[in-house]
Amino acid sequence: MWRRIYRWLDERYQLQALVEFMSHKYVPMHRHTIWYYFGGVSLFLFLVQVTTGILLLMYYRVGEDASYESVRFIMSQVRFGWLIRSIHSWGANLMILTVFIHMFSVYFTRAYRKPRELTWVSGFLLLVLALFFGFTGYLLPWNQLAFFATRVGTEIVGSVPAIGHELVRILRGGEEVSGATLARFFGLHVALLPGIFTILLTLHLLFIQRQGIAEPESWAGRPESEKRRMPFFPNFLLRDLLLWLIVLNVLAFLAVFYPWELGPKADPFAPAPPGIKPEWYFLFMYQTLKILPAKVFFLEGEFVGVLFFTLGGLLWMTVPFWEGRLGKYRNEIAHLIGWIVLVYIATMTLWGFRS
Amino acid sequence: MRGVTRRSFIDWLLGLGIVGWISSVLYPIIQYIIPPRVPEARLSAVKVGKVDDFEPNSGRVVRFGNEPVLLIRTEFGDFKAFTATCTHLACIVQYRPDWKLIWCACHNGRFDLNGINIAGPPPRPLEPLKVVVRGDDVYVTREA
Repeated sequence: MWRRIYRWLDERYQLQALVEFMSHKYVPMHRHTIWYYFGGVSLFLFLVQVTTGILLLMYYRVGEDASYESVRFIMSQVRFGWLIRSIHSWGANLMILTVFIHMFSVYFTRAYRKPRELTWVSGFLLLVLALFFGFTGYLLPWNQLAFFATRVGTEIVGSVPAIGHELVRILRGGEEVSGATLARFFGLHVALLPGIFTILLTLHLLFIQRQGIAEPESWAGRPESEKRRMPFFPNFLLRDLLLWLIVLNVLAFLAVFYPWELGPKADPFAPAPPGIKPEWYFLFMYQTLKILPAKVFFLEGEFVGVLFFTLGGLLWMTVPFWEGRLGKYRNEIAHLIGWIVLVYIATMTLWGFRS
Repeated sequence: MRGVTRRSFIDWLLGLGIVGWISSVLYPIIQYIIPPRVPEARLSAVKVGKVDDFEPNSGRVVRFGNEPVLLIRTEFGDFKAFTATCTHLACIVQYRPDWKLIWCACHNGRFDLNGINIAGPPPRPLEPLKVVVRGDDVYVTREA
């Protein structure tokens, strides 16, 4: 019966060509093969986010008087609501973690080099979008932490000279973080960002399908017989699926044993609670802003921070385009830059966590 | 004019048309996402409570229209008020009775009881407001 369906489809859509294409896809096998799995895991976690996000949408209501109450309703009244919300929150964190791991593994294996420059750029943009997803989604339960995180996060944009204030108003939908901000962030989180993300993700995956998976640089010039490979379909895919299952278990474990709290409702007239901190993936930026003095030469401290991260991000995104000009020691310099960035992010995150 | 052919002229005209078309689509969208300015009634004074509601060496965030204001009663019993929005990144500040200072929990900014930024990242002092005690009632007012 399956065979008949396949034949029926193949006759109309020439599936055989696709199967042929997939059977020629190989994954290089070497001591760093493990890092190839993190892209797939990130993709899986994105799918988990889409699924749980759609489920949350069925009960979530947006508004100053509705958001907090609806999330509380989901967590206390809806069957398995606590689970779905917890998985969505944990999934977001795990996805950003795996995307970071994926990015650094691509960086250190130098897989961003020609001809994969645009795969790198699209991947970096996907990470930025994932951070925006995190930032906009964080406000939606309209709790105290969310309120201050958004107040601070949007205020940072205000340090941009000349247009800063107007940008903050556009982001917030007014002068203050209010119901108008909730409506905007909701729209961004469930419509605009998923739209852009899906387009970029499709491109990212298309690039990978078209060019194949990057081989280690040490393979260049080696005879074919010395290169070990495994077929993508089904060997790699089945291993990837097994990992997806493990990740789903980890997610379920976290959601069940460490359920995501809701905390008190946002109150625009209450002082910020002691010990308030952003999510771990923003901690390195938070800690940098915290230790910057009010004035750096003639510039405001927070503007210097914003400038530092914007320029740093741009340099990181464009690394495949300028790294080739570093000359004889390009490998060593690129390696060193990677470590500096990684150590900086790790140190600042730990410092922010402990302070 | 030299170099301008009929074709390049038409191309230029078409290009201009496309730019005009895109602008006419984008302009209303950009205008739409900029929130309209809602005129706010300028408050002169707000009654925030009775004198006895505020213990000496304590502080509380009170409403001044749409604005949060930190009202402090010092250990000597006099009142002070400042806008409660931190000048660093707009968190809401609080009074720390143990330090007798104004503190922002978000980035550890500190202000003295004159609202002057004395430690941490805040770049400017807090804006002071006037507190008037009339009989038993405490009023916050913006007029100097």
